[in-house]
Amino acid sequence: MVYKINYFIFEIKLFIVKFFYSLFALLLMVHILPAQTKISGEIKDKKGKPVPSASITLKDTYDGATSDSSGNFSFTSAEKGSFALVTTAVGYKPSEQSVQLSGADIQLKIILKEEVSELKAVVITAGSFEAGDKKRVTVLNSIDVATTAGANADVTAALKTLPGAQQVGESEGLFVRGGTAAETKTFIDGTLVNNFFYSSVPGIAQRGRFSPFLFKGTVFSTGGYSALYGQALSSALILESIDLPERSSSDFGISVLSLNAGHQHLAKNKKSSWGVNYSYANLWLAFKAIKQRQDYSSVPEYHEGDANFRIKTSETGIIKYYGYFSSNRLGIRTASIDSAGYKDAFDIRNFNMYHNLSYRESLGNGWKLNTGISYSNNKDNITGSMLDMQNKEVAIPELQYKNFHLESPGNYFNGKFVIDKRLMGLTVVRFGAEYNYSNEKSYFTLPNGQKFNNSIIEHLKSVFAETDIYITNDLAAKLGGRLENSSLLNKTNIAPRISLAYKTGKQSQASVAYGIFYQNPEKRYLPSPYSLTFSKATHYIAQYQKVTGKTTFRAELFYKKYYDLVKTDQINPNQQVAINNKGYGDAKGIEFFWRDKKSIKNVDYWISYSYLDTKRDFTNFPYAIQPNFAAKHTASLVAKKFVMKWKTGFNMSYTYSSGRPYYHIAYDGMNYKFTDKGKTMDYHNVSFSLNYLPNLMKKDSKVFTVLVLSVNNIFGINQVYGYNYSYDGVRKTPVLPPSKTFVFIGAFFSLGVDRTEDAINNNL
Amino acid sequence: MKKSILMFVIAIFSISTMAQSDKYVKAMEANLAKFDTVKTTAGFIDLSNAFQRIGDAEKTQWLPYYYAALSLSTMGWTDNGIDKDANAEKIKALCAKAEAIDYNAEICAVVNMAATQQMLVDPQNRWGTNGAEATAAMQKGLKLDPDNPRLHFLQASAVYNTPEQFGGGKDKARPMLEKTLELLNAEQVKPLYPHWGKKQVEAMLATYK
Repeated sequence: MVYKINYFIFEIKLFIVKFFYSLFALLLMVHILPAQTKISGEIKDKKGKPVPSASITLKDTYDGATSDSSGNFSFTSAEKGSFALVTTAVGYKPSEQSVQLSGADIQLKIILKEEVSELKAVVITAGSFEAGDKKRVTVLNSIDVATTAGANADVTAALKTLPGAQQVGESEGLFVRGGTAAETKTFIDGTLVNNFFYSSVPGIAQRGRFSPFLFKGTVFSTGGYSALYGQALSSALILESIDLPERSSSDFGISVLSLNAGHQHLAKNKKSSWGVNYSYANLWLAFKAIKQRQDYSSVPEYHEGDANFRIKTSETGIIKYYGYFSSNRLGIRTASIDSAGYKDAFDIRNFNMYHNLSYRESLGNGWKLNTGISYSNNKDNITGSMLDMQNKEVAIPELQYKNFHLESPGNYFNGKFVIDKRLMGLTVVRFGAEYNYSNEKSYFTLPNGQKFNNSIIEHLKSVFAETDIYITNDLAAKLGGRLENSSLLNKTNIAPRISLAYKTGKQSQASVAYGIFYQNPEKRYLPSPYSLTFSKATHYIAQYQKVTGKTTFRAELFYKKYYDLVKTDQINPNQQVAINNKGYGDAKGIEFFWRDKKSIKNVDYWISYSYLDTKRDFTNFPYAIQPNFAAKHTASLVAKKFVMKWKTGFNMSYTYSSGRPYYHIAYDGMNYKFTDKGKTMDYHNVSFSLNYLPNLMKKDSKVFTVLVLSVNNIFGINQVYGYNYSYDGVRKTPVLPPSKTFVFIGAFFSLGVDRTEDAINNNL
Repeated sequence: MKKSILMFVIAIFSISTMAQSDKYVKAMEANLAKFDTVKTTAGFIDLSNAFQRIGDAEKTQWLPYYYAALSLSTMGWTDNGIDKDANAEKIKALCAKAEAIDYNAEICAVVNMAATQQMLVDPQNRWGTNGAEATAAMQKGLKLDPDNPRLHFLQASAVYNTPEQFGGGKDKARPMLEKTLELLNAEQVKPLYPHWGKKQVEAMLATYK
């Protein structure tokens, strides 16, 4: 019995030992001689195209593979049991599926869904040129604006080298696709800017008030723009100011025109910054050297200052303030066309201030807030007079109206907020409201003491909503609408806007846009005793664009129809007043743009061409004709070359425009009539500029210097912008540029921690 | 008897776990060896994916993610036909994964290279963004390890490749390269840890002869 029990125990022991040995063997088998499962397959996208370079992973193991150029993969695994197989590829949503590993071969067909991503997705571009430092479709950036020859660092002058804008030299502003300058509105950080340009001077185009270096992004829309903006029949210029500067620095500059000094301070923690700038410009020296057509009774003189602060309130939030003031004056005398032997004098003093405060923040969960307010105050003091040869004021009967004084103060307040909510993928819903207040007064005094005082107050309230819908990476739609109410007109309008974009290839896309745009009658034709309404324009745009890394091509076809344009009548020789909205017109054309940074080594150039066919009946036109601010053909060629060896940039530009119509309109007591008509000669301009950066990338240099030489109309080609008529229409004189050629020489210095050193040390 | 069973079980388990870390080392070594042979873009992506799989499975090792990123950054230097932005974003994502496990200077060197590759797409315009990002990564790295040979190598080769009139030049780079070589020679090499740079430095120093 004992033996039996012992034997039994022995058996059990043997069994245990055997068991453990076999267990050990089994474990060894697993570790040393595993049975392999072969997993292979192919990866395709929804359209059946193979996806190369996708990563296939047996989750939580080392096993996996990368798909080859035809989307095939194959690998073996020693694992056993149920596993998740994960497939990832750039531009696609990851896919996960479960596989049973048992030693038997596994064949898989994996289909990946495209991921809607900002980098790959189609961008809605119809009608707009985007310029900025963002990686998306950009046409011009801030440096491009500063280095465009002939533009003299004026934002709008550089934009005139793009298709859509006219080469109008006798007055400021962007004349887009047959529209007047008043049909283009400018926005900084979302809010409207009143008096973007210096106050008008007869026959001399004024610059924009703001430096291009204030802005990191520019969108120049030549039509079909978003529902976020309104009150512009033709075009919106949307500027986005810079955030925190990259470093603290002090700058000063000296040129033939001006002196300037400024300081920017960036806090140590890089969370906030402040800055101040002051400049004084006096054109005395420049006008001494370069003869001006006009005789200056007081040479243009400008005092300007600005201040800013920017505070980062969180990772995504920032408060920005920019304040600007300017006080300037000039007086000109020109030979009077109305009366031989006499002169017309024009003297203007302008004071302007502008404050803009904006705040943006991500509210989490896909919500974003963009809000801003701006206030500006503008005051013009204009004196017009007739002078005799001794520059003494004279009063000529019949022309008495030419002696006047006009004081026009204006106060403007704008507020706006936009809320963004990101839905699935890239789809975004946007809505908000805007309020524009303006109070413009004018005090007009005739020499006989007669006074005309006017005041125009407008409260414009708008609400808008818009959505960007990404149906796929290749197809996107933007649907929007805007509702405006004007207290001045006591009217409300609703403006729908639609655009669609479709990606036709890896680098090309086609877009279409449609929209209705409203605008109040221009203030200079107000107040009116009649009931008026909004002017209206409908835009239809079709665009094709192809952008490779170094080249951009776009072609755009447009049709624009105008309704309810303002018709005017003359109440006194100085003023036209709106009488009704019976004006109309249309504009159609085609535009091409080509930019190429690669074909010619180290040369970056662009070519624009615009064809415009437009007619309109507005103001005091007897019937619809091609207006004097619209040329049929406009073209530009801009080229830049930076020679590293000489540390010098060479820039040239050539602009061309076919002749523009000119005419004289006279009132015969019953009707307005064209008493004379003609067409100016073609316009050609070649400008050249040179930037020399002596300390570029020089180690240990604490001053960064830029020397600039620019020559406008270098060949002194005759240019005629149009014709001025005498009051009776008998005589006409050409409107010419203030001088044939203009030369600018300046030196600009920036003191600060020179970043070039870090850049050399740290970058290959 | 009970004791021996227990011992047995422990033995088996330890064999199993030893085999596990052995598996990690072997897999890493096998893939690291490929660094010398891989030449094509497809090869670098494959290698990067292989490292990433190890990283995903291990979860607590930063080296697999580091090498996955390094493989793509090597590709970024050799193939000019790829989308540098997409590649750099992927490198940075891998570096972020590595950093979450162990924050060190080696990873900063890779981030510096990724940002530099992006900057070089359009230096004039990307100076302020990607250039600054590269500088920030370099400074962070030097703070963590002032004598990191690879950071020194990146600095030296930047000077080496910058024309003399812009403050760079071979002469200026020479002492920097020599210093880098010194640091590389003095480096205590831990198994699997990064030790690249010597071949490159020696090749550059050879051009002075």
